[in-house]
Amino acid sequence: MAINALKRNKMRSFLTMLGIIIGVASVITMLAIGQGSKKSIQDQIASMGSNMLFVMPGNMRMGGVQQGSSSSQRLTVKDVAAIRAECDAVVAVSPEVRSSGQAVYGNANWPTTIYGGNEQYLEIRSWGVVSGRNITDSEADGSAKVCLVGRTVADELFGEGIDPTGETIRFKNIPFRIIGVLEEKGQNSFGQDQDDVMIAPYTTVQKRILAQTHIQSIQMSAGSAEESDLAEAQVEEVLRRTHRLRENEDNDFEIRSQEELATTMTSVTEILTILLGAIAGISLLVGGIGIMNIMYVSVTERTREIGLRMSIGGRSVDILLQFLIESILLSVFGGLIGIVIGFAASAVVEAFTSWPISVMWSSVILAFVVCTVIGVFFGWYPARRASELDPIDALRFE
Amino acid sequence: MGEVTVHALRGVDLKIREGEFVAIMGASGSGKSTMLNIIGCLDRPTEGIYLLDGVNVAGMSKNERAAIRNLKIGFVFQSYNLLSRTSALENVELPLMYNPNVGSRERREKAMAALEAVGLADRMDHMPNQLSGGQQQRVAIARSLVNDPVVILADEATGNLDTRTSYEIMSLFQELNTKGKTIVFVTHESDIARCMTRSVVFRDGHIIREEEVKSRLIAAEMLQALPVEEE
Repeated sequence: MAINALKRNKMRSFLTMLGIIIGVASVITMLAIGQGSKKSIQDQIASMGSNMLFVMPGNMRMGGVQQGSSSSQRLTVKDVAAIRAECDAVVAVSPEVRSSGQAVYGNANWPTTIYGGNEQYLEIRSWGVVSGRNITDSEADGSAKVCLVGRTVADELFGEGIDPTGETIRFKNIPFRIIGVLEEKGQNSFGQDQDDVMIAPYTTVQKRILAQTHIQSIQMSAGSAEESDLAEAQVEEVLRRTHRLRENEDNDFEIRSQEELATTMTSVTEILTILLGAIAGISLLVGGIGIMNIMYVSVTERTREIGLRMSIGGRSVDILLQFLIESILLSVFGGLIGIVIGFAASAVVEAFTSWPISVMWSSVILAFVVCTVIGVFFGWYPARRASELDPIDALRFE
Repeated sequence: MGEVTVHALRGVDLKIREGEFVAIMGASGSGKSTMLNIIGCLDRPTEGIYLLDGVNVAGMSKNERAAIRNLKIGFVFQSYNLLSRTSALENVELPLMYNPNVGSRERREKAMAALEAVGLADRMDHMPNQLSGGQQQRVAIARSLVNDPVVILADEATGNLDTRTSYEIMSLFQELNTKGKTIVFVTHESDIARCMTRSVVFRDGHIIREEEVKSRLIAAEMLQALPVEEE
């Protein structure tokens, strides 16, 4: 009966549903986008390396003046050796030095950054080598002029897709023999091209390019995500000792873990998701009010019909149910269409942003439940009014 | 604002026997509509009793009265009250929708039979707006018949129709009455009332005249007496 009543007024039923359709579709899409960006960031962080920790030089006071952290020269290769020897929660450790400059091959040149590390450097950053080989510790000991290049650098200097292994390029006028090409990582969440790099033994970068004895940071891997906190504590203890810090002195270094970074970044996207979801939720609410409005108009417009139904034996509860079911059908159908559109919209967004957008089943279920609740909630009052009409008055209603 | 109690009906004692065709007449405000509402179980008398088919309806709850209306009473209204954009067949099926004892196949069969009985077998799938006034009223009559009620209540059922169609509808009612249906028919047209077996006239809430119809008119004969319309 309710279905027939809705069919009799197709256009209106559709317009009423439209509010719900848009509401549900936007809830699903927005939550999927929020989830997608969160996942994308998590993937990025995971691609930075597994269970990674890093030590950066901290702020220093020199005669009461706070110094920028980059001016600190407190981290050295000795720290790396100490960590390797004493911290059992740390499974891999490498110094990191970096320098920006121009890479030149023949008449092609490209501005890039060279990172110096040891044999474990790539492992820590969970970076694979697609052709050639990794740098070795003996090359690091001998400050060998060898390097690995990222895909972007290879493309810019040698041309799309060409394997430059074995060629020699110049970086800041130092010739480097290319021993391998790095696996492609793409952009990170800040839009930075992670493949625009060169990697060389840290000693080479330290001595031949930077001419310095300190290192810029220490990169480490903890044995597992659970050991990350333990590793952090061990490293802090070791570094305080090697840096000869007194009991009341602040650390002159900072230890950051990938975990912390991940937590910060995901909390940002979570807020974003809640915000998007809330906006979409409001549109769903507005859609529900639309249903209530139409049901109200419908009750007034169909007063005679209600009177007739009562006079031929419809009980109040029959009338109530009919209108209630009409409004539930509107919202549930609207909800189902909305879910389909939500999936489609998510797929479109995925195609355009290349984020790993995943529609959460929980959001689909949520949207559906909310729809049904809206149908009952906003249908109840008009339906109640219809059922309380007096058949005599309703029949005479003009 | 004070409420004024209006005694629409006072001291009315009316008995309608099975198989009768009773006209209820009277000017507006005479109480005939209230009478019809009570007979139709739409309203309850504040005092007194109303026995329908031997059962006192006056003491029944809203839902019980709804069930009585569904099973024992068929309404025919002046303005047809068909559901728009709903086929004649579905309109006739409507009362059976509220009868839980009738399945969907039986419902369809009964509705088709009722439409055949009013001569609309070929118009079952038509929408009300595709039917003439007389045809719409026939659909309404079929709807009142479909549950096989003990009484059919017609409220000025010919009021919206021209003379010719009125006689057609009356002839249908007379045919139903001959087959044994009890009919109560509210009208203010005396020639329509003369088609019935008894007339009851109301004024100011009282029955002022109650008489058997002498020289009863046969609607089918009158229809033939009317000048033939040019096609």
